[in-house]
Amino acid sequence: MSSLAQKKGVGAIIWDYLTTVDHKKIAILYLISGGIFFLIGGLEAMLIRIQLMKAGNDFLSAGLYNEMITMHGTTMIFLAAMPILLGFMNAVMPLQIGARDVAFPFLNSLGFWLFFFGGIFLNLSWFMGGAPDAGWTNYASLALASESHGIDFYALGLTISGFGTLIGGINFLVTIINMRAPGMTYMRMPLFTWTTFVASALILLAFPPLTVGLFFMIFDRMFGANFFVVEMGGNTIIWEHLFWIFGHPEVYILILPAFGIFSEIFAIFSRKRLFGYTALVFATILIGFYGFMVWAHHMFTVGLGPTANAVFALATMIIAVPTGIKIFNWLLTIWGGSIKFTVPMVYAVAFIPSFVAGGVTGVMQAIAPLDYQLHDSYFIVAHFHYVIVGGVVLAILAGVHLYWPKMFGTMLSEKLGMVTFWFFFIGFHLTFFIQHFLGLLGMPRRVYTFGADQGWDLFNAISSAGALLMAIGVIVLLVNVVITTVKNVRVGNDPWEDGRTLEWAIPSPPPFYNFAQTPLVRGLDTYWIEKMEGNKKGMVYAEPLGDIHMPNGSIIPFIMSFGMFVASFGALYFQDDSKPWTLAVLIIGLAILFGSMLVRSLKDDLGFHITKEELMEDLKKGGNTDGSK
Amino acid sequence: MAHDTTEKIRSHAEHDFLKRKRSAEMRHQLTSFAIMIFLTLIAFTMVAAGFSTYLIVPIILLLAGVQVVLQLYHFMHLSNKGHGMVAFFMFSGIFVAFITVLALVTIVWW
Ligand code: HEM
Ligand SMILES: [Cu+2]
Repeated sequence: MSSLAQKKGVGAIIWDYLTTVDHKKIAILYLISGGIFFLIGGLEAMLIRIQLMKAGNDFLSAGLYNEMITMHGTTMIFLAAMPILLGFMNAVMPLQIGARDVAFPFLNSLGFWLFFFGGIFLNLSWFMGGAPDAGWTNYASLALASESHGIDFYALGLTISGFGTLIGGINFLVTIINMRAPGMTYMRMPLFTWTTFVASALILLAFPPLTVGLFFMIFDRMFGANFFVVEMGGNTIIWEHLFWIFGHPEVYILILPAFGIFSEIFAIFSRKRLFGYTALVFATILIGFYGFMVWAHHMFTVGLGPTANAVFALATMIIAVPTGIKIFNWLLTIWGGSIKFTVPMVYAVAFIPSFVAGGVTGVMQAIAPLDYQLHDSYFIVAHFHYVIVGGVVLAILAGVHLYWPKMFGTMLSEKLGMVTFWFFFIGFHLTFFIQHFLGLLGMPRRVYTFGADQGWDLFNAISSAGALLMAIGVIVLLVNVVITTVKNVRVGNDPWEDGRTLEWAIPSPPPFYNFAQTPLVRGLDTYWIEKMEGNKKGMVYAEPLGDIHMPNGSIIPFIMSFGMFVASFGALYFQDDSKPWTLAVLIIGLAILFGSMLVRSLKDDLGFHITKEELMEDLKKGGNTDGSK
Repeated sequence: MAHDTTEKIRSHAEHDFLKRKRSAEMRHQLTSFAIMIFLTLIAFTMVAAGFSTYLIVPIILLLAGVQVVLQLYHFMHLSNKGHGMVAFFMFSGIFVAFITVLALVTIVWW
């Protein structure tokens, strides 16, 4: 960072991050908090694997085991994978389209803090009477029977963080529609921007059903309603529908940005234009649509009837077509390219076979009669870890290496990166490949132990050993991060030397106003075009140097989210007769929330201007200014 | 906003074109207004005539759908330039909601 940042004290830096509305800093916040939740979820996974290491183990009790699997799944999906991807979107997408920030910087910060407080709330359940224990899918009959407050933590925590995600998604949509630089037509947008766009649309359409479901759950559990209570005329299956109407698009919300990251990587390190750009774009959109028509493939065994099962089975298999199109386009992008096997590229190449394996098992499960055998067995566990770890997590690890220099201005060590890769990759296949066979041998998912005479001992031991290798890989990555940060060797605009899109045309990390002058986009892979034409500046400008209008930072998003956090405790204990204070806490929390909204609406905040002179001064120093004034 | 008040000088042809366009638009609005009234009449007559509910309900829903589309295009200017994305998202949303409701109605409550 610049001299400006180094002079700041720790307190000032913390305050800066609490109040920031800069998309690049919010990206860092998402990456760090998502990373911490990833470590927590990983720890939970290790405990699960220790418990299942041998037959009849009593390392975790049955109840604790249920809490562990529930929190592992929930944390990894909602608090680790999605936020880290939102972090990359924040860091990269506005730069790729040549914008100075997202459309609503204030909302961007609000989205982050809602996610953050929702995640903290959910995890506090560990210390406050027990975590949720009905699985990440939280099926209603089971959830309503759960005695601790765990499920309440789940429902309220996900409601809060879900609002955050929804806000983030809407923000990205508006940004991409309205804030593209001149010349950046839709069909010139980099693929990561495209996948951000479609994933955000999925967030917009998929989170409302989840919110409705969670609301019903909250009312059933905390305020005495009966939406899911069969004895009272409710319907427990409705939860499953609502959850999966959200849940299946959710898996695409995760995988599409991952596809985006890999598309960038394949083009950069094959030093070739993406093969079939148009096909890739349309496949992305098509996957987005199909994503809403297949949810009942999670419910084949519920008894929807043969017609419904057949319809959803066919719809599910169709999704494999656009996915296949993508795979072939990536392969043809590599074909004949002048390939550089950097760490991100190695991840990308490893991703293809891993993800294809997950897709194949997915199509197997889509065959409804076969799914009667596979459902709720370890085969399912193997399937979704192949797509999520082999797709999403590999993309996250690749993205961390690829975008680290753009976000922090230093380059992660390639050597340690390779070490991480090999540990993680081998560990991943060791852990999950064998789980297919455990499933076929009849081992059900979500059981806390098994008997020695069931023939599952060896495979479970192998699976646990693999998990250890993955953990070592992650630890090496952490060491890598520390070493890189301490060494602090600064890099230039285009540290990979083959960057193609606009983010590589500006300093690493970019100045807080991103582009001193808005760029003019003359085609797909803008920066590459300019480089090929020998343009030393890397950009053509669409406007003369002038004043730039910037938003002020604000602490209000933080306070608003805190208000919701406080109110949630009131709702959580609402029905406990021993706690008379719940209503007061609920009201205080909501008062904080609405009070800060009121302040925001009444107080005009017009932002500030960076003058042309200041800009020129800054450009002379390399345009590396960090942070607002 | 001072510069917005300056008179734009239009050529004769431009003027004529705009005039024709506006009157065409006006005609469209009047026609769709008439259609809407007519649709409403059908709905009321059907109920008054006491047809079976299984006939009335789907037809009224259908007529409502037609009305919404007429509204959007002729009164809320969805067809104007720059509304492509808005229309796309609206129809995607409607599509998703429709699929969802259809599926729930047919496989849960039927
Ligand atoms: C070719 C594409 C895919 C097909 C055909 C497919 C099919 C399926 C089917 C039929 C199931 C339900 C199995 C059962 O519970 O009996 C399932 C479960 C699952 N899939 Fe996929 N899938 C595909 C891709 C993906 C992707 C890309 C992801 C995530 C990135 C994913 C994540 C999941 C998850 C998380 C579950 C398990 C949910 C649970 O019960 O906890 N799938 N898949
Ligand atoms: Cu699914």
